[in-house]
Parts: sequence; structure tokens; C-alpha cells
Amino acid sequence: MESLIWGYVYPNEVEIQWSILIVLYPYITGLVAGAFIASSLYHVFGKKEVKPVARFALLTALSFLLVATMPLLTHLGHPERGIEIMFTPHVTSAMSGFGYIYSFYLIVVVLEIWLSFREDIVKKAHNSKGWQELMYSALALFSYDISEKALHEDEKLAKKLAIIGIPSAAFLHGYVGFIFGGIKANPWWSTPLMPLIFLMSAIVSGIALLILLYIASMKIRKHAIDHKCLHSLAHYLWVFLIFDVTLEMLEIISMKYESLEEIDIINRLLSDKIATTFYGVQLTMGILIPFMLLLLVGIIKNRETLKMIMISISSVFVLIGVFAMRWNVVIGGQEISKSLSGTLTYVPVFFNQEGVLPAIIILIIPFIILRVVTYILPPWKDMEEEAAR
Amino acid sequence: MEVTRREFTKIGCKVIIGAAAGSAVIESVIIRGTGAENSPADEYDWNEHYWGYIVDTRICIGCGRCANACKRENDVPFDEPVYRTWVERYRTKLDGEVVIDSPNGSIDGFPDDIPPEEVKKAFYVPKICNHCDNPPCVQVCPVGATFETKDGVVLVDYKYCIGCRYCIQGCPYGARYFNTKKGTADKCTWCYHRITKGLLPACVQACPTGARKFGDLNDPDSIVNKILDTERINVLKPDLGTKPKVYYVGLDREVR
Ligand code: SF4
Ligand code: SF4
Repeated sequence: MESLIWGYVYPNEVEIQWSILIVLYPYITGLVAGAFIASSLYHVFGKKEVKPVARFALLTALSFLLVATMPLLTHLGHPERGIEIMFTPHVTSAMSGFGYIYSFYLIVVVLEIWLSFREDIVKKAHNSKGWQELMYSALALFSYDISEKALHEDEKLAKKLAIIGIPSAAFLHGYVGFIFGGIKANPWWSTPLMPLIFLMSAIVSGIALLILLYIASMKIRKHAIDHKCLHSLAHYLWVFLIFDVTLEMLEIISMKYESLEEIDIINRLLSDKIATTFYGVQLTMGILIPFMLLLLVGIIKNRETLKMIMISISSVFVLIGVFAMRWNVVIGGQEISKSLSGTLTYVPVFFNQEGVLPAIIILIIPFIILRVVTYILPPWKDMEEEAAR
Repeated sequence: MEVTRREFTKIGCKVIIGAAAGSAVIESVIIRGTGAENSPADEYDWNEHYWGYIVDTRICIGCGRCANACKRENDVPFDEPVYRTWVERYRTKLDGEVVIDSPNGSIDGFPDDIPPEEVKKAFYVPKICNHCDNPPCVQVCPVGATFETKDGVVLVDYKYCIGCRYCIQGCPYGARYFNTKKGTADKCTWCYHRITKGLLPACVQACPTGARKFGDLNDPDSIVNKILDTERINVLKPDLGTKPKVYYVGLDREVR
């Protein structure tokens, strides 16, 4: 263990406290927030091009939202006391809001899904038998009014909800940024830009995930892809990448320019500890390359398959890049000592309560949930109808 | 060491109620009923005290007895890299390089790994939780399991802490650690079980040179106030606004 330490770290710092699971937590909530915001492009801003994926995006958001608490609970020393965060929240703590923001947001997402699928649910309830009929009737809450007027009301309500949903998605994730940004003890974390950086990277990761899931679903269902929708998503991805990189660079540049006491250790962090994951993965692979590829996608005429491949590659890179960003924040911040005179190295273990294995499992679960919810509430109608047109 | 917040509050309330009733008999009867092993002594009133701590870095010899005594007194595991107090050594070499170390928190003393003739300046700095007046660790705890007592001590309620370790991240001084046995955060209590019985913290008691001093800031004649009134004092990382109550005499600019 000693050899992994450079310089002087406080004796208690030898153990890294927040492991890969805490990297996963902002990553997952980010995907949730991003997917939700992508769906509101249609629901709130009326961007018709993204309609095919709007409902699917909601289901994606839900699937990931349902696992968002898992990495946290797994990591707690006393998971059974975790609920105290709801009963006795200590309001000066950035973390104490989690329970409430999370629950509120979960309600918004579930309601939003219910409203946008209600027509389908009612129809299914009518057309199925046995336990399925029961399930769909229950899902419809035994209200079967799908008259033109009722559906119109639904849509209006859905829009209002989505309008509440955007700030709460932004809040859910911006606040995760504040959990780190508000820690004055850690110079790598402590910046008011942190919530915004987290939010922008959340949006790009959510859109990228949606793009990949959309392409994959269409391929699996052997259905044509709606290129207009795909290009529109790619366009938004590109725009948000610009915001993202601007904020990230702003942080680094101002840190370096102001050169406060902590600059030596920050420089060491950037040039030694996280050089590859920061410059290589987060910036080059996660932002620069996708940015160029998506720019080309905007320029090239026709050649849809090529463009689709470029968009897919960009999305994969963005997802990896954002994961690296979470890693660089959470792990990077703990690899510098608060003595500002030394660094440590986090060595992930595989089989352990806080190891890589539980992280992988937690990351797979949302896809299983998504498979199940898309079985119960198929979002394909929109996706395929629009594509066929 | 299981001193919970609720016990404090209970005792505090009972002391106040008892005093208000003005009957020494009732008071002693009620308080006797709560005599948990490490809770404050019967006659202790936490409204009467406000504790402070002095470290005189000029006279610390780096023997590490304090760190040793602390681990024994407070049942801090000897085989894990966790410390409620430790001593740091700062050495400036002839070429100007500053070498800082604290092998095993100074418990076994310090090895002579740099020949003395290569060192131009050296000193020791004992470290401990600063029991900050504006403690970031208390601020960030999501459930309020870490808290400040009326007499100015920052404690962890081990029966309430969820083990999220946010406070460990929030403390700028590395004063907190995770207690794997308890599954909670842990830290120096200034030996709360001792000071409320009129004893000194174990580290202060163990220091052979008097480099560590403890006393009541409310008492103008206490050793702590005497030093604060006459010496030039600094605290660690004053720019962070944590308002530490561990005051240092002879603090060098190199100290982190
Ligand atoms: S030194 Fe650290 S643990 Fe102690 S009160 Fe201050 S912030 Fe809290
Ligand atoms: S580890 Fe315990 S004391 Fe520390 S912030 Fe979390 S709940 Fe509070």
C-alpha cells in the first residue's frame, strides 16, 4: 500500500473512502436526467423530430432511476439506517435532499409515463384477457376514458408535468454536482461550476444513451431507422457537447490561471494521476472526437449508413467519456491529499461490497428493467410509425 | 465510548429540569437513573464549559506517546491505518526540500531516515480533530449524526450514523476515519468520557513535555486562556473559515 503513496498524505487518508460505486451514482443519475431532458424536447418544446423516441426516453429514464439508489445503499456502512435521510434530514447537508428530490422526481417520471401511455394501456386492457387484462386495467387505474377530449387533457397535463420535470431533472443532477462542489476541504471539487458541469455532462450522456438504445431497438426489431430523428438527436448531442466542454475547460483554465495554493497538487493530479483518463478519455475521446464526427455528420450529404455509424461511435465515446469524467471527479478528488503535499492511488478491487463486480451488476440491472417495462408498455408504436413515414 | 446524542440530550434535559425544580434530591435521583458507563459525570453541566486545546509545537519531541495513549484509551485499532491523533514531522533539507512524514501516525516514534547533517531545520506538529466552531463535518452530515455539543466538542452518534462518509470528505484536516467495526465515521472526542469527569484527554495526560494542553475557554484562569492571552497563536488552515479550537503556538508556514 505504501508504494502507492507519493509525498505526504494525512495518516487517515490512506484508505480511499468513496469507491467505484460512488462513481456510478452520478453516472446513473446523469443518464436519467439526460434521457428525461431528451424526452422533453418533444413533450415540452414540441420538437416533432424526436417524437419517435420521446416515450422510449421516459422508460429509459425510469429504468435507470430505479437503480440510482443502489450504489449508494450498497456503499453505506449502515444501509438499514439509510431511510433516516428521509425522516431526519439535516438540512445544511447537500446530501440530505437526496431522498426528497429523488422521490419527487420518481413521481414525476411515473406520472409522465402513465399519461403518455394511457391510451395504449386502456386499449390493451380492452383487448386482453385473464391476468393481462387485470394488469392493464390496474395500470389504467380502471379509468377507461380515451375520448378525444380526455386524451387532449392528458396531453396538456403531460406537458405541464414535463415542465416541472425539467427543473427537477436539472435539480436532481445539479445537486449531485453540489455534493462535490460544496466541499471546501477538497480543492479539486470545490467549485461553483460543478453543478453545471455535472448537468451538461448528464445531458450529453443521456442523449448518447438514447441514441444507442434507439438504434439497437430498431435493429433488434428489424425496423427502419428514422434518420431525421437520429440526426436531430445527434444535433442536440453536438450542441450540448459544446456547453459541456466550455464549462469543463473554464474550470481548469481558471484554476491554472489563478494558481492558488493548491495548484501544485492539482497539476500533479492532472499530469500524473489522471492524465490518461482526463486528457485522453474525458476530453479527447469523450468530447473532441465525437464533436468532430458529429460535425461531419452535419456536413455530409446522404450516405445514411455511414452517418449512422459515425453517430453510434460518437455516442459510445461520449458515454465512456462521461464515465471518465465522473471517475476523474470522484476518484481524482480523493487521490490528492488534503495536506496538498501528496497523492494516493485508488486500486479497485473486483469481488468486494464496493468492488467492480457490484458496479457491473448495478449497471446491467437498468437494461433488464428497461426490457421488462418495454414489454409491458411497448413504446414502438411511435418509433415505428414515424420511421415508416 | 458509545456516547449518543440522545443520551446527552436526555441528561442535559434532566439536569436542566432538575435544576429548575431547585431540589437537589430530585435532581440526584433522576440523574442516577441514567448512569451509562461513558456518559458525563453526575454533576457535569455542559452549559458551564467550553473546551479548548493548545499545541505548543516548539516543545513537542515527537515521542508519539500521545498517539499511543489515544489508541489505548479509545480502543482505536492498532492494526489499521486510523488515528484520532498523530504527530507529523517536518524536515527541511539543505537543498530546501521539505520532507513531511508521520509513519504509523508516530505511534512507534520516528526513524532517522535522513542523516541529520543533511537537515537544516526540523520540528514536530501534533495533530488532532480541531473541534471546529464552524465544523464542515457537521454541516455535511445528511442525518445530523455528527454534531457539536454545548461545551464545544464535535462528536459522532454511533447509533445514528449511516456510514456515508461524507463527513470524512468534508473535514479539511484528515481528522476523521471510518470505523469498520462500527460501520460508522469515527474521530477524536477529546476523551469526552474523561473531560466530563474532570480528567484530561489521554493525549494531554500522556505528553511528557506539556506540548499538548487542554482547558476551559470559559474560565479566564485556565491554562488554555493563559497561553491564548500571552502567546502568538495560529490555527490550521484559517482561510477555510472552520474556526478551529485547537490553537497552535509556533506554527511554521510549511505546516499543512
Ligand atoms: S477538524 Fe475535521 S472532524 Fe474535527 S471538527 Fe473540524 S472538520 Fe470536524
Ligand atoms: S458517515 Fe455518519 S457522521 Fe459522517 S456524514 Fe455520514 S452519517 Fe454523518
